[in-house]
Amino acid sequence: MTDAALETPGARHAAAVRRIAAKRRVALAVPAAILAYLVYVFFAFDIPGLAERARLDNAATLVADSYSHKVHVTRDNRSGEITVAKEGERKGTFPPEMEPDWIARDDGGARVALEDGHEVIFGPDNTAVYLHPEVGRIEARASRADGVEIGRAPETLPDWVSYSSARLDIRTDAGRLTMTRSRTEAYRYFFGWELFWFTLDSPYYDRTPAEILFGPRLDEARPNLVGAWADFWGNNVWRHADVAWAMLETILMAFLGTFGAAVVALPLGFVAAKNFTPLMTLRFGARRVFDFLRGVDALIWTIVLSRAFGPGPLTGALAILFTDTGSFGKIFSEALENVDDKQIEGVSSTGARPVQRYRFGVIPQVMPVLLSQVLYFFESNTRSATVIGAITGGGIGLLITQAIITQKDWEEVTYYIILIVLTVMAMDWLSGILRRRLIKGDAG
Amino acid sequence: MADLAAPADREPDARGAYLALTRRRRLYSGLTLLIFVVLMASGFAVADGRNAGSFVDGWRNMLDFPADVVAEAWEKRAEMPALLWRYVPALIETLNIAALASLLGFFGGLGLSLVSTQGLAPFPRLIPVFRRIMDVLRALPEIVVALVLIFIMGSGPVPAMIAIALHTAGALGKLYSEVNENADLKPVEGLQSVGASWGQRMAYGVIPQVAPNYLSYGLLRFEINIRASAILGFVGAGGIGYELRNSMTFGLGKFDEAAAIFVMLFLTIVVVDQLSSQLRNRLTQGREIAP
Repeated sequence: MTDAALETPGARHAAAVRRIAAKRRVALAVPAAILAYLVYVFFAFDIPGLAERARLDNAATLVADSYSHKVHVTRDNRSGEITVAKEGERKGTFPPEMEPDWIARDDGGARVALEDGHEVIFGPDNTAVYLHPEVGRIEARASRADGVEIGRAPETLPDWVSYSSARLDIRTDAGRLTMTRSRTEAYRYFFGWELFWFTLDSPYYDRTPAEILFGPRLDEARPNLVGAWADFWGNNVWRHADVAWAMLETILMAFLGTFGAAVVALPLGFVAAKNFTPLMTLRFGARRVFDFLRGVDALIWTIVLSRAFGPGPLTGALAILFTDTGSFGKIFSEALENVDDKQIEGVSSTGARPVQRYRFGVIPQVMPVLLSQVLYFFESNTRSATVIGAITGGGIGLLITQAIITQKDWEEVTYYIILIVLTVMAMDWLSGILRRRLIKGDAG
Repeated sequence: MADLAAPADREPDARGAYLALTRRRRLYSGLTLLIFVVLMASGFAVADGRNAGSFVDGWRNMLDFPADVVAEAWEKRAEMPALLWRYVPALIETLNIAALASLLGFFGGLGLSLVSTQGLAPFPRLIPVFRRIMDVLRALPEIVVALVLIFIMGSGPVPAMIAIALHTAGALGKLYSEVNENADLKPVEGLQSVGASWGQRMAYGVIPQVAPNYLSYGLLRFEINIRASAILGFVGAGGIGYELRNSMTFGLGKFDEAAAIFVMLFLTIVVVDQLSSQLRNRLTQGREIAP
């Protein structure tokens, strides 16, 4: 609309009214469109069905496992043998002399004290009793012929007991007792991750830091500090050394990928920049290469590359390198198109050759911008490297997906998540510092 | 005369100091470059050593797999349009995951950014808390959140959507709070003086100033989220990534399907990239005022 049309006050008023009406329509239409989309997605994603599929008991196990562990007292109902093990694992089995004091063995059986005065008694002839301070005794017996039998009518059982002839499961806040034909198992829960520092076979297990640092030698052969470090680092349940390597591999993938991409993209960026490459076809070609590298998603690069190189950190690094070469090429060429020609002219007026012109006329201008972009990508690629590692099979991404797929070692998953989050946050902080220094121009 | 002599005396010093400074700077940048080269080379050697296949061997096989895929796709080229059509629903699911995650992440980021910007936050003491929350949201890899949620909710699009939305909220929250810091506070003060509540001050004083930047970053995020949603599909969250994994695990014989998915994913990403970059340009450079 031209100025002439807005000359009369009447016309201005009419225009203003139209604009306000249009804005009002937009203000109503946008929320309506969002709402309509949400309704569509609600059904497309089958949210009503989700409520049925969701397993909240899985969520409860996961949360409990992530900060606590349980000790299993297990009786093999065929041999009558009772073992005590952390998380029921072979590596966490207590040797007889180290068994905790809340388990009292007696002839052919054992008394297991749970929390809050609850108790489980493993009796002779494959019987077991759960002693609840308020509800009283729940007696049960397992046999090959009759399965699991209990000492009271099933209707009178409280709702935290589930019972069938194949399986009895008593769950309280104090602990848990399960009984099947082949085994009887009592659980007691403890706060913290089991065996995180030392395994049961280490002399440093269950010692306080003061004892290790200042106490007498726990292992005659080695000084305490050396021995403790060796046993911690070589902990075969948590495998700290492997985890550290995996984390390092992930960072390495991000580092090689990001900086490798920057090195490859810099010369290509010159080719794609209007003011450095007058030749149209060359420029066009370089730009299409960038578009292709970016358009073929990191997922596809990962798959293609892992076919050629197999799983490992190199594959991940190359996948990041390919994708980011495209992104960097685009960013670099745009930055190069915005350089100030005066500096280049100044340098060439002193008789500089082309290479010197780039080195002294262009690079100092664009370097801070480019480096700060590269650092920004490095930080976000640390996180991407986890994801790529999960697909190609390398680094911490592999460890964490394996731990999740086994669906029982949630404490390890928690440990890895904490490590990843801390590492990414540290990278974020570090690259932030470096970027601020670059922009201020302290670093030459 | 003495006045003129003084600068002449200082000149050699200044020149020497300048040259020394230049030399030192050159030494430092040379050293930095050297360290960088050593780090890259040794890092490459370590990565190469820990990889299943080495770089030198793999390099020659690089084109084998794409060649297989292309050969098989070419052989069955007559069926290609039908295949492409078959994967449209999966592609729409992937796009829906990305779109909904971007939408929810947008509102999450909006809220987080307002409560963590100095001068706008209703509870200034809680700013560091909200910032740390955003840091954690950004640092959590989507794949981890998605896999944990799949364990709880069963596989499907919702876990992936939630995982991406959480990350988006953290990432956008940080960007938006940087945008907010540049917003003019005068309208906010004006609104406060007439007794506007916190919500009204934000809605009428801040949002109109920052909306174009918000939308532009939001669109960029949508682009990124499409890629993320394809990747999450690959680990079991549905959509086109899931189909891709199925055809990949089958191997030779289904590579025509893989090719169809590659083509669709590539085209989608390029088209969305182009559309969103045009839209973003319009948003940030302003459009002519419509009559």
